[in-house]
Amino acid sequence: MTQTSPVQTYGAFSDPIPASEEYLTLNFSPNSAPRKQRWGNYGLSADFLGDYFAAFFPGDAVPHSKINQRDTVKAAVSYIANELLENAVKYNEDSSRLPISISLHLYEQQIIFHVTNYTNQTLAAKYQQFIQEVLSADLDAYYMQQLEKTAMGNGGSSLGILTMMNDYAARFGWKFQSLEKPINTARVDVLAYLDI
Amino acid sequence: MEIKTDDYRIWHDPDSATVYMQGLLRLDGMEKYQSIMDVLLSVVDQLPSLTIDLRELEFLNSSGISMLSMFVVKVRDRGDVNLIFKGSDKVLWQTKSLKNLQRLMPSLVLQYE
Repeated sequence: MTQTSPVQTYGAFSDPIPASEEYLTLNFSPNSAPRKQRWGNYGLSADFLGDYFAAFFPGDAVPHSKINQRDTVKAAVSYIANELLENAVKYNEDSSRLPISISLHLYEQQIIFHVTNYTNQTLAAKYQQFIQEVLSADLDAYYMQQLEKTAMGNGGSSLGILTMMNDYAARFGWKFQSLEKPINTARVDVLAYLDI
Repeated sequence: MEIKTDDYRIWHDPDSATVYMQGLLRLDGMEKYQSIMDVLLSVVDQLPSLTIDLRELEFLNSSGISMLSMFVVKVRDRGDVNLIFKGSDKVLWQTKSLKNLQRLMPSLVLQYE
């Protein structure tokens, strides 16, 4: 498999990702089983990642919250990992027979999520258009506008990223790479930074 | 009226005019939430006031948040329903995301316990 330009990055894309002492990667093999059968596994994986990384944190109180630090990390990691995996699966080009992967890197005050999937050029272009919109907009206003749109039945599934950005204060970086083979395929790398 | 699976349970208690939602909800897209939406709409259709008790709903994905926002807007546009969301301040997603639904419908009452 040869990767060719153009490469496009958006937002805060750290390349390479800074070295961390603690990290964990899960790869999901390309699979012909129906999505319905596989769907539950992504949720289980997200919960596992939440439990795994929460174990590095003490149960200290968090100011202005009734949820301690360990449980906060557990729930936030689980939510974000689940949304990132759901997006990767929804927009994956299954015919590429290439795996989806998710890695979490732990730092003193931050967790970086890195998700890779492969999609077709049409979906990649739509995704990039959405990214440009969200990065140039006032996040809070854009989020409420999209929520209202979704509520009226006119929304896409962009709400996942917007909830992570707006409600969990996650920052994002994206990289899109066109591949020579399989044709019409783009590799999408998403980084989400969660301060802890 | 009840929907029950290994992951979640949703039911209506007519005596307290409350729909309870419990467990983990991460269905594959908004359309998969239609049966839950149908329960909410059929219940609210008969009532001037409805409470949705989310306290034991530990997980809701963004498609589920979309479904709730759609329900809130339908109730808002009807204009004559008192809608109350009962949440838990010990469940992170509720502390993060429920307030946005209130922004869609300012008369929506959010109670945290």
